[in-house]
Amino acid sequence: MTGKGAADGAIRRESLHDWLMSDRPRSRRQASFGRAYGAWRTFARNRLAMLGLLIVTGLVLTAVFADALSPYSPFIGDLRTTRLLPPSAAHWFGTDDQGRDILSRLIFGSRITLFVVVLVAILAAPIGLAVGTVAGYSGGLIDATLMRITDIFLAFPRLILALAFVAALGPGIENAVLAIAITSWPPYARIARAETLTLRQADYIAAVQLIGASPWRIVLRHIMPLCVSSVIVRVTLDMAGIILTAAGLGFLGLGAQPPMPEWGAMIANGRLYVLDQWWVAAAPGAAIFVVSLAFNLLGDGLRDALDPKTVK
Amino acid sequence: MRASNVIGRFLLVILLTYLGLLAVTFFIGRVIPIDPVLAIVGDRAPEHVILRVREELGLNKPLWEQFYIYVSKVLHGDFGTSVLTSNPVMQDIRRTFPATFELATLGIVIGAGVGVPLGVWAAVRRGGLVDQIVRVMGLIGYSVPIFWLGLMALVVFYARLGWVGGPGRIDVVYEYTLVPVTGLLLLDTARAGEWQAFGNALSHLVLPASLLGYFSLAYISRMTRSFMLNELAQEYVIAARAKGLSETRIIWRHALRNAMVPLVTVIALSYAGLLEGSVLTETVFAWPGLGLYLTNSLQNADMNAVLGATIVVGSIFIGLNLLSDLLYNVLDPRTRAMTQAQ
Amino acid sequence: MKHSLFSITRRGLGAAAISMLLATLGALPALAATPKDTLVVAFAFDDIITMDPAEAFEISAGEIMGNTYDRLVRFDVADPSKLYGDLAKAWTVSPDGKTFSFELKPGLKFASGNALTAEDVVFSLQRAVLLDKTPAFILTQFGFSKDNVKDRIKQTGPLTLTIETDKSFAPSFVLNCLTANVAAIVDKKLVLSKEQNGDLGYAWLKTNYAGSGPLKLREWRANEIVALERNDSYYGDKAKLARVIYRHVKEAATQRLLLEKGDADIVRNLTPQDLAALAANKDIRTTSTPKGTVYYFSLNQKNPTLAKAEVREAFKWLVDYAAIGDTLIKNIGVVHQNFLPVGLLGASTENPYKLDVEKAKALLAKAGVPNGFKVTIDMRTVQPVQGITEAFQQTAKRAGIDVEILPGDGKQTLTKYRARTHDIYIGQWGADYWDPHTNADTFARNPDNADDAKSKPLAWRNSWAIPELTKKADAAVLERDPAKRRAMYEEMQADFRKNSPFVMLYQQTEVAAFRSDVEGLKLGPTSDSTYMFKVSKK
Repeated sequence: MTGKGAADGAIRRESLHDWLMSDRPRSRRQASFGRAYGAWRTFARNRLAMLGLLIVTGLVLTAVFADALSPYSPFIGDLRTTRLLPPSAAHWFGTDDQGRDILSRLIFGSRITLFVVVLVAILAAPIGLAVGTVAGYSGGLIDATLMRITDIFLAFPRLILALAFVAALGPGIENAVLAIAITSWPPYARIARAETLTLRQADYIAAVQLIGASPWRIVLRHIMPLCVSSVIVRVTLDMAGIILTAAGLGFLGLGAQPPMPEWGAMIANGRLYVLDQWWVAAAPGAAIFVVSLAFNLLGDGLRDALDPKTVK
Repeated sequence: MRASNVIGRFLLVILLTYLGLLAVTFFIGRVIPIDPVLAIVGDRAPEHVILRVREELGLNKPLWEQFYIYVSKVLHGDFGTSVLTSNPVMQDIRRTFPATFELATLGIVIGAGVGVPLGVWAAVRRGGLVDQIVRVMGLIGYSVPIFWLGLMALVVFYARLGWVGGPGRIDVVYEYTLVPVTGLLLLDTARAGEWQAFGNALSHLVLPASLLGYFSLAYISRMTRSFMLNELAQEYVIAARAKGLSETRIIWRHALRNAMVPLVTVIALSYAGLLEGSVLTETVFAWPGLGLYLTNSLQNADMNAVLGATIVVGSIFIGLNLLSDLLYNVLDPRTRAMTQAQ
Repeated sequence: MKHSLFSITRRGLGAAAISMLLATLGALPALAATPKDTLVVAFAFDDIITMDPAEAFEISAGEIMGNTYDRLVRFDVADPSKLYGDLAKAWTVSPDGKTFSFELKPGLKFASGNALTAEDVVFSLQRAVLLDKTPAFILTQFGFSKDNVKDRIKQTGPLTLTIETDKSFAPSFVLNCLTANVAAIVDKKLVLSKEQNGDLGYAWLKTNYAGSGPLKLREWRANEIVALERNDSYYGDKAKLARVIYRHVKEAATQRLLLEKGDADIVRNLTPQDLAALAANKDIRTTSTPKGTVYYFSLNQKNPTLAKAEVREAFKWLVDYAAIGDTLIKNIGVVHQNFLPVGLLGASTENPYKLDVEKAKALLAKAGVPNGFKVTIDMRTVQPVQGITEAFQQTAKRAGIDVEILPGDGKQTLTKYRARTHDIYIGQWGADYWDPHTNADTFARNPDNADDAKSKPLAWRNSWAIPELTKKADAAVLERDPAKRRAMYEEMQADFRKNSPFVMLYQQTEVAAFRSDVEGLKLGPTSDSTYMFKVSKK
């Protein structure tokens, strides 16, 4: 067996790169590592995707080092002296209606926002993917039942759930995450199912079936990975939507409690001042847009990298 | 025999869906922390009035009994009366839904009509400038808060430029001359031959519909791009090129046609989402639609209205999802073969 | 070559739609301004749930009733202490103060054409008591009930009637209650002709009209539009404009745009920022009136820390009234630290409290909580309530009190408040009728503090047991000498300022902005005294 630890001499040492990129992997582990490496290379070659990754990394770092980065406290403001000040050297993004520095609130708010967005995506996407692929592959009664359950969740007024959550669990942003996740998975399910319907005709699926693979294995290891890409695209698009949904639930108590500088709540507050003090809503809005763009670029890059049909 | 079995099973599933939706909404509605009596009697009512109204509403009965009573009434076509408007719920919905329907339909026409071609273009020119511009433009529409876009659009196009009509469905002048038949103002005015009113209604529709169109355009164009990329990577495209077919024909007649299968789902989802009504859009544009109705009813625990609106919204989603499933059969011969074989 | 339907539709649709739009837009006349004989008011009236004056109690419905229904007496908007006869020509009070006799003006008619006589007046008042809806308490507090109202309110002639109260109340109190919407006069013949199952026309009148006022109700589409028309059978000065249309517009910014563009003549719900921005606009003017609504936050006495007298007082020193007054409520409110709004008899204008963190800290130390404590506040997610709460959260923190904000929607937080499960609640109270008892009844009276009490005034909602103050309030409403009565209310307010768990914040100022060609708009102190029928356009 050749390997890194082999002695010099007769057998040429493979570099790590060669080992990973080998056309003829000698073990399953080598094959999967190789695929991951190939995906990374594709990703890294995509400049925009790297830009997205950079921004997201920046976001994470901002969240971690918020205390050091923010010039003022995000919670303290003076009604009399610092209320609704336009952007200036002292306050780069101006101040809000309680006199608090908006830049500082943005920086601290990145924590909450990241938390909400990532958690909802992690909870909702897998559920949707699972339901959709199972439904699409099974067909028949299972498909019909799952799709009708999906319809129930789609048609169900989100606000009712939010109110019920507030009643049962109390206010707060964590409960908002749950409420949003529970009502966010249906679109992913519909998309996954649609893709599955076209995929299950494919030759390689027939091939795997001939080998005798169980339906579960087919769905899990063959169909799902192919649907992942469009779900990823949808999820990254949804990032902004999730933040805005959380903002929309805030008026019922299911969201950031004041004075938490969550970006969606900041936008909701800025709504009253849109016409004259535009910066109050503009700053968090721009932040949401930038993050959304970053995740979108990242998602596209991931999609291209994970797509087995892309040339590596 | 087989056909009636299929239809029977189909109807049963639909019925169960409605029942499930109603049950979930009903029971959750009864545990929300808002006192439904409050909306009716207000904050000043003496205690005995409150107790009397609670009794009249049947709120003292056990939950199951209340649900049973409600469902039996529904099966007789009685969806109850809204406590907020004193009208039968279906009358309210017949008034508010057309407003949302008009808006959503025009919106999706814009969204899909512009979004799909843009998505195709972005896929074909993948990685290029067009691709990036489409991406950014779309993202702006999807990630910027809709009330902000709406207000800005109103300020620019209505207040400053005066190009479009303002908030509201139609100018106050027509309040006394227009007799709404369907509630769809474009249709009603056209049928009556009132072309000035038609133009006026259209000018009021343009801005919010464009907004909703812009909003759904982002999603539709991105998904079109994604599906098109999938298709363009397939072997049949290479084969078609080798055969000498023109690129345009390959893109539009073959690749897009195949991409339409999942794309139809996407568009149907978008449309259904728009039909649900957007509270924020309706608030900004003073549009008396379903979104405002549902939200207002919910905030006052007017459960008859909430349940009625939920049934309507549920029907929309079920209907549109079934329609898109039907379209698969039409569009994709493989799926057609599959279902025929079953 | 066969083109698939798809490719044509897809590409052609977009182009066709756009060109159709452009064509129609080009053909549009520029109909921006409102018609000359119509007044368009942009107003958020999603609180209207009924058009029956015996049932309506919310603010917006109140305004509609005030414009469309007459009553026996009204007060002068410029000086609310002066009453004048609306349908009544004259009235007398018996020496024992318990019998009020009214004589109606002759020749009165309803909008339906039916004659308006004492029979209709008696019917309307009895109906309100018999239906016993929310606002009925305004009348039943005079001792009327379903059993006795037919004897207590009697017709004595075609144009005369008597009303007998069970105690001898201050006459101004009784008469002021008769100016309220619940005492509006409805068309007996019309209402009874629409009666179903003996409901006195209740189901019909909810969405219809049977009045005699200067404007009549043409249509009410919930959360969309209320259309009023001039009533040509009105006995007095006819309405200046032929039509008054209220458009439901919830968003303040949208109202502002409508006003700037001229698509609305009057708008009612602007924020301080909007008002400040419009000050420079030459085409737009504003008018404002102090309203009988006071804002406060209250401390639930069920919470042992909040029940301590020093803690209650400490809170009153932890609000930056001055800063709030100059920023968050500028133009829409005035700092006011008493439970009677200015304008009511006996209202005090003493505002002794201001922000003093040190004093508050000292009081907390005396109370045994020198390091502060944690407490929650239930807040409605509307402005300016939210802004005030957040500002208060900051100032309270300086004294060590950690206030957690529990946001919620209006009805949501109200449900919690009425169940007494809050710590602190920030709310408001508007006068039901123009007499000090309307607020004393709720702030300074708590006859029964038990959980299942028959009446639940604001004092009860905060578990504030006040037998002495209740007795004083009961005595004040029976005092017939205005000077003595005033003194009693001033004493009650002094006591209240010091000892109550209520931190009174401000009194609302209602503001309306209107186009400069609109004349005659005056906002009344109560919801039913804003008379659109006096408004005209140049």
